[in-house]
Amino acid sequence: MSYEDWFRQDRLPHIYCAGCGNGTIINCTLEAIEEMGWKKEETIFVSGIGCSSRAPGYIVTDSLHTTHGRALPFATGVKMARPGFHVIVFTGDGDLAAIGGNHFIHACRRNIDITVVCMNNQIYGMTGGQGSPTTPKGALSTTTPFGSVEPAFDLCELAIAAGANYVARWTSYHVKELTKAVKAGLENPGLSFIEARVQCPTNYGRRNKFKQVLDQVEHLRSHSMLRQKYLQHQERGDAVPDGTIVVGEFVKRNRPSMGVPR
Amino acid sequence: MTKIEFMQGNIACAEGALAAGCNFFGGYPITPSTEVAEHMAVKLPKKNGTFIQMEDEIASMASIIGASWTGARAMTATSGPGFSLMMENIGYAVMTETPCVIVNIQRGGPSTGQPTMAASGDMMQCRFGSHGDYSVIALCPSSVQEMYELTVKAFDLAERFRVPVFLMADEIIGHMRERIIIPDTVELTTRRPLVPGVLPFHPGDDLVPGFPEFGKGFGVHVTGLTHDERGYPCATNPKLHEQLVMRLYNKIENARKEIADYVVTNPDAEIVFVTYGSPARSVEQVLHDTGNKIIGHLRLKMVWPFPEHAIAEFPNATRFIIPELNLGQLAREFDRHTSIPVVQVPKLGGDLHLPADLKKLIGVDA
Repeated sequence: MSYEDWFRQDRLPHIYCAGCGNGTIINCTLEAIEEMGWKKEETIFVSGIGCSSRAPGYIVTDSLHTTHGRALPFATGVKMARPGFHVIVFTGDGDLAAIGGNHFIHACRRNIDITVVCMNNQIYGMTGGQGSPTTPKGALSTTTPFGSVEPAFDLCELAIAAGANYVARWTSYHVKELTKAVKAGLENPGLSFIEARVQCPTNYGRRNKFKQVLDQVEHLRSHSMLRQKYLQHQERGDAVPDGTIVVGEFVKRNRPSMGVPR
Repeated sequence: MTKIEFMQGNIACAEGALAAGCNFFGGYPITPSTEVAEHMAVKLPKKNGTFIQMEDEIASMASIIGASWTGARAMTATSGPGFSLMMENIGYAVMTETPCVIVNIQRGGPSTGQPTMAASGDMMQCRFGSHGDYSVIALCPSSVQEMYELTVKAFDLAERFRVPVFLMADEIIGHMRERIIIPDTVELTTRRPLVPGVLPFHPGDDLVPGFPEFGKGFGVHVTGLTHDERGYPCATNPKLHEQLVMRLYNKIENARKEIADYVVTNPDAEIVFVTYGSPARSVEQVLHDTGNKIIGHLRLKMVWPFPEHAIAEFPNATRFIIPELNLGQLAREFDRHTSIPVVQVPKLGGDLHLPADLKKLIGVDA
């Protein structure tokens, strides 16, 4: 058995652009699930709308590809009705943080036993590159043609404040670390939130001076800073460079959670 | 043993749901429907069911669809503003053929309107409110007894046709208290399971596919995108889209006659009242007061799909009079199925039509 056994071979080829980071994140997630030894018939994938939300359609298990932003309440219905199921949500920054923002904080508050993997490419990819709540200040998109003027959400800090039991962030460069983080999230009861920063060469990279896919991946690598190191910087009062991506495990706790098998 | 009780309409609705095997309720508080949720919150946990108060009505609708795919008999209850919020996910339930029951205790609109007053202003919204073409089933109780019976029926129809079914009550019926006979048991329909080896969205003769419940190993992909019989997205094939939408539409429309539910009183009458919901009570008073068989009454318990053939139940009719708690939403639908004059009696504001006013309308002394 390998993670490849979880793919719906008759759905290929997939819709992702050449160089897209989403496939990496899906592979890491399936690898972690494979390591958990979960049965396919007890594992349910739920998603909303967007590039990342197409992922469940390529996986052999039962899955719900729902409406924009609403993956978490659909998943909440599945999990509360059948706590024995393992429920994983694939989502993106627009789906989760914009239209689905309210559901996100409430799922974290309930601390429902679901693992949420957010592929954050900082852009609306499927609709052609509009600014999202995680588009960095100054970045170009089709709806921020003069540079985004809005501050971006820090999804991990949001999840922590709202009450999620497990929170981590990695990037599509950090394949091993990300896989471990997803597995830790799957193991931890309550809501696990794993943010995966991914490159979107088609709709983000080309408008923001990343000529090659690898330039964007290299950016993710070189701008990543372990959370421990980041906290040390903060303690000393040292400035961190602009565009730093804080990575690592943010929170692992055992607050009371909902939807756990009794 | 049947039980006789004195009960509020909203509680009767919740009791009907429980009798129908409802084991999942996802909802959000809204006047005048809240008693349904409150009663389910008390009763469901004791029956090993799930009650969850969601963060809004969008999430409520989503949660019952998610629960339904695990095989649960799932319901939500709301009123105007919440109903508006549910529309997108109602369309998702139509497209994915998810059995679920939506109770709307209608209040005065538009917008926040009259939270504590009755209306039937959402009758067109429940039929056409989500985008795209489709057909649904809507039931209209006009007594506490029917709040119970039609809620049971809503679950049966939802399971049989794999479609969202609406219980379109109004504030008067929801908050009214009256005598109710609760049967010992009710007959239940359960969704037909998918036969292994058959494609998950391959329809039977009734145009309804077998249900591939989550966790049974079917590995079904459920999407709101236009999908083929495998359930796979296929959103740019014009023919496939047309076939799918026509099947979703026809599985309900073809059963229009068979599932129709209405009550005919005095079929030989020339003057005929047509009602659904609480205005039926005013008309019943008119019939009672006039004391003979000069006035007919067609009372619709199911409004969608519209039972146009019921019009022929009154061969001598010269006039159909339709009192409604809106600006004539059903009267217009009725009118397009008959050449006999249709008189609209719209009423806004939350008060019921007075029997005296209706009597004046037909030239009978009040």
